[in-house]
Amino acid sequence: MKERLEGLRVEALQELQQVDSPQQLNDLRVKYLGKKGALTEILRGMGGLSAEERPVIGQVANDVRAAIESVIDEKQNAFQQAETNNRLLAETLDVTLPGKQLPTGAVHPLNKVAQEIEDIFIGLGYTIAEGPEVEEDYYNFEALNLPKNHPARDMQDSFYVTDEILMRTHTSPVQVRTMKAMKGKTPVKVICPGKVYRRDDDDATHSFQFNQIEGLVIGKNIRMSDLKGTLLQFVQQMFGAQAQIRLRPSFFPFTEPSAEVDVTCVQCGGGGCRMCKHTGWLEILGCGMVHPRVLEMGGYDPEEVSGFAFGMGVERIALLKYGIDDIRHFYTNDLRFLNQFARM
Amino acid sequence: MNVSYKWLSQYIDLSGYTGQELAEKMTRGGIEIDVVESRNKGVTGVVVGYVKSKEKHPDADKLNVCKVDVGTGEELQIVCGAKNVDAGQHVPVAVIGAVLPGDFKIKRAKLRGVESQGMICSAKELGLNDKLLPKEQQEGILVLPATLKIGTPITDVLGLDDEVLELDLTPNRSDCLSMLGVAYEIGALTGREVKLPDHTVNHAAVRADGLVKVSISAPEQCSHYSARYIKGVKIGPSPLWLQNRLIAAGVRPINNVVDVTNFVMLEYGQPLHAFDADRIPGGRIDVRLAKPGETLVTLDDQERKLEPHMLVITNGSEPIALAGVMGGASTEVSGETVNILLESAKFDGGTVRKTSRQLGLRSESSIRFEKEVDPARVIPALDRAASLIAELAEGLAAEGIVEASTGSVQPLKVEVSLDKINGYLGTELSKLEVQTIFGRLHFEYELADKGVFTVNVPTRRGDITRAVDLIEEVARLHGYDEIPTTLIHGDVVPGSLTKPQAIRRELRKRLSDAGLNEVVSYSFTGPAKTQLFPALAKDTKPVRLAMPMSEDRSVLRTTLIAQLLETAAYNRNRKNESAALFEIGSVFHTDEEQLTRLPHEKHRFAALLTGNRSEAQWNTKAAAVDFYDAKGILETVFSVLGLTSIVSYEAAQPEHFHPGRTAAVMIDTPKGREAIGYVGQLHPALQLELDLADTYVLEISLEPLYELATSDIEYKALPRYPAIQRDIAVVVDQEVAAAKLTGTAWSIAGELLESVRVFDVYTGEKLGAGKKSVAISLVYRHADRTLTDEEVTELHGKVVSQFEQSFAAELRK
Repeated sequence: MKERLEGLRVEALQELQQVDSPQQLNDLRVKYLGKKGALTEILRGMGGLSAEERPVIGQVANDVRAAIESVIDEKQNAFQQAETNNRLLAETLDVTLPGKQLPTGAVHPLNKVAQEIEDIFIGLGYTIAEGPEVEEDYYNFEALNLPKNHPARDMQDSFYVTDEILMRTHTSPVQVRTMKAMKGKTPVKVICPGKVYRRDDDDATHSFQFNQIEGLVIGKNIRMSDLKGTLLQFVQQMFGAQAQIRLRPSFFPFTEPSAEVDVTCVQCGGGGCRMCKHTGWLEILGCGMVHPRVLEMGGYDPEEVSGFAFGMGVERIALLKYGIDDIRHFYTNDLRFLNQFARM
Repeated sequence: MNVSYKWLSQYIDLSGYTGQELAEKMTRGGIEIDVVESRNKGVTGVVVGYVKSKEKHPDADKLNVCKVDVGTGEELQIVCGAKNVDAGQHVPVAVIGAVLPGDFKIKRAKLRGVESQGMICSAKELGLNDKLLPKEQQEGILVLPATLKIGTPITDVLGLDDEVLELDLTPNRSDCLSMLGVAYEIGALTGREVKLPDHTVNHAAVRADGLVKVSISAPEQCSHYSARYIKGVKIGPSPLWLQNRLIAAGVRPINNVVDVTNFVMLEYGQPLHAFDADRIPGGRIDVRLAKPGETLVTLDDQERKLEPHMLVITNGSEPIALAGVMGGASTEVSGETVNILLESAKFDGGTVRKTSRQLGLRSESSIRFEKEVDPARVIPALDRAASLIAELAEGLAAEGIVEASTGSVQPLKVEVSLDKINGYLGTELSKLEVQTIFGRLHFEYELADKGVFTVNVPTRRGDITRAVDLIEEVARLHGYDEIPTTLIHGDVVPGSLTKPQAIRRELRKRLSDAGLNEVVSYSFTGPAKTQLFPALAKDTKPVRLAMPMSEDRSVLRTTLIAQLLETAAYNRNRKNESAALFEIGSVFHTDEEQLTRLPHEKHRFAALLTGNRSEAQWNTKAAAVDFYDAKGILETVFSVLGLTSIVSYEAAQPEHFHPGRTAAVMIDTPKGREAIGYVGQLHPALQLELDLADTYVLEISLEPLYELATSDIEYKALPRYPAIQRDIAVVVDQEVAAAKLTGTAWSIAGELLESVRVFDVYTGEKLGAGKKSVAISLVYRHADRTLTDEEVTELHGKVVSQFEQSFAAELRK
């Protein structure tokens, strides 16, 4: 029996050497090691062995099985390796072909910039107030210290609907509405973003429709130095920590004192270039201390509280920030323009 | 206001400041200077020459050969083509080596064989703006007064060695519409003194009140009217110095009398008017409002129809001038004028403004009256003009001023304390610093205890009426740069977005991330566009602008889709044929024909898809957008807002939408189910008209969503027991909406049904005409235990039999 087992080992190993397909290998596994295979066949004769011989023969049988199995596994691995190699060869891609991108659209640049400005002021403790785009003359002008026939009304030719109703020319009426809604309470800290309309012939730097963001703060002992501090914080967050501001005296009917605010040129950093007309400064804001008449009309006592207000054009900031050359792009909405803003 | 540096230096010492430095100083002080321009546009080497002789050029009809003395001892031969050149004239001569504007160098030349050693110049060739030249100087060479010394540089003669500061004045600083006002401003900035001009009048023996009678019949519109009678004027051109001043200021010289009135207006800011006194019968002047139907021919020979709000100067019966705006032709000063009536008055700013606007007549005079002239300068300006007319036109003033007035103007007293100034600005100014500033402004004040200043504001500074106005003066003269930067102290309030703002931001982010581009379109549109989608603008009339810029921007938009179509068409014309756009913005609705209250501003969200959803790539085909892309946008939006369960879609046929491919978007509110918008394909006829490919649009109202959206995420435990899925396909009539089937499933299977999904819809000949097969996947699950197969089979059977009953559905095997 031992000889038969050894003979089987030799025969099986010889035959396994010839194998050249996984199918053949499987056939041989069945032939030698299967339930009805050769090894089982031989071991059926174990019953006729003596108690001494049985463990010995058992050991030999196990050795033979192990030897055959080991070769089969080896062969199996080799076949798998070969198959994997073939598969990898067949599966090679041109990795330079384009992939399938996720869609990318853009928030309109004006809203993108407005949101950025809003977020800065939210971080400074402001809330956002909104109001109608079609406004009463009272809120747009009169309550802002611009009575009818006031010469300053020339500064902003308006689109009237009726004698008393017009397209708002600034977002300042929202400040008035906010003051009235607050009924004399302090502190007031709001910013008012939105569309405004002024009669203007459209060109590269003018648009009859544009966006403003204005701010209003009212409280006890609000000082002009606080206004300067607030604006400095804003421009440094918006344009970088190196940005400085410069205030120039100016005039708005609703503030006193009033100022125009220049920021360090975003292009040259203040050294002087074409963008800033070699002054190192760019005008970006108007501001001032809320005029006592405006406080009174808003329901506040100017002897008790004071406040400041500021306003900026979103288009102007966006033009500077992105280096856009023509304000009309914002409203013609050419996809080749819009899609440039589909990124951080 | 254009300010000549040289002229200005007559009133205040400007030494130590160049024009540019002065401009910078003024700008930082609150008077913005747009630009500082040299009056010399590039002239060097041009001198006064004397034409000794003129002879015809031997070979050219139009040329003359002149012998010219330029004071060098050497006689120059110059060929000149000007018609008006003549012997005996003093003229500007550009000698060899001279340069004219445009970098034009004068060289020795031969003109038709004759040598020319220079060029005789016209005013224009010397860089003067020909619109500002007196008539006689507009053609030919500039003929200069014979009194000039030969060889004098022309830059001295014409005052070209000067700079002009262009002031961009804010409406409150009309005090700087005069040379004196600017001088006071510079005095405040520098601490230097202002020198006032001489206005002493030497008068004739005859008394003016016998020659002129003045009355005011409109006291609200005219508070003061004064006049002088000046005899025996000789009208002629003004001397060069006066012409140079006017030209520098941008005013065209006319004749000596008119030029003086303009000069004094620029000097004092007080407009004056000269009438030909012999054309006012009896020297009668009455100031009143115009009567209905009255007309006046103004100086520009236009007949003006007057209205009762307009203020006129009359001769007692008829209007002879539009007060403060323009004189009348009938009393115009001409070459024959001998006696003049000179007017200086204070007219109401609003009245002048309204008149000048309505007639489209804005003049240097009306601009100044509109902003209220200084009442304290009415008389000094009148006297100054009388004295100059005596000097330059030989006119002699009759004794006395004839005037009418409605009361004198006292300087305003305004109080402000040092504490208030420092508290308002955040500064620590001393009493002395504030005193110095008021001193420089020439503001008289009394200083009481506790640092309270009572300031007598001069009438020239009509803009200062309250304490804050004084604080502003202190701030700007102290310097805005000197104000510290501080942080607000007091209560800190947290900043935040309101719910609607947060929703709009979320939508912008989601939609752009999904590949849609946001657009911002104009709120103004054409009337036809507001009628395009009546279903989205129910019962509204367009809000029309009173004075639109053009008809296609004359009304407010009533829908967003109409604007998106404009954008899509614009892009299509630029070969951007595929577009996925959205807009979030207001539309304007009203039921009023003529607004008496504000229109409703409704927040809307709209989107437009046209062309391809994705372009062909090497591994995918191009896919055209369809209805379900558009609807999917809405579904995503509602899902993000937590509203899916209360939204439904119903087939609808609104105007200009494809009748078979449009749905009304319904939302269940506490008040019931309402339509909040539409989604669908554009009507093919409209697509054709706009030359667009298949285009899908949607527009919904945001206000209901602001209210109903839920932003609170509530965690639900993950299922612990297995689900059982059953797929069925049923054949039903085409008309049976998928939502009816899924709705039925929900109503039958109730809580045990976890999801229903239509995964296939098929039509084909095999099914028969008018039939379709709908394949639905139903997932059943119990939250607390494992469902048995029998339970599900029974429940599913009920669903199927309800399909059969309600929709005559046949189960496909």
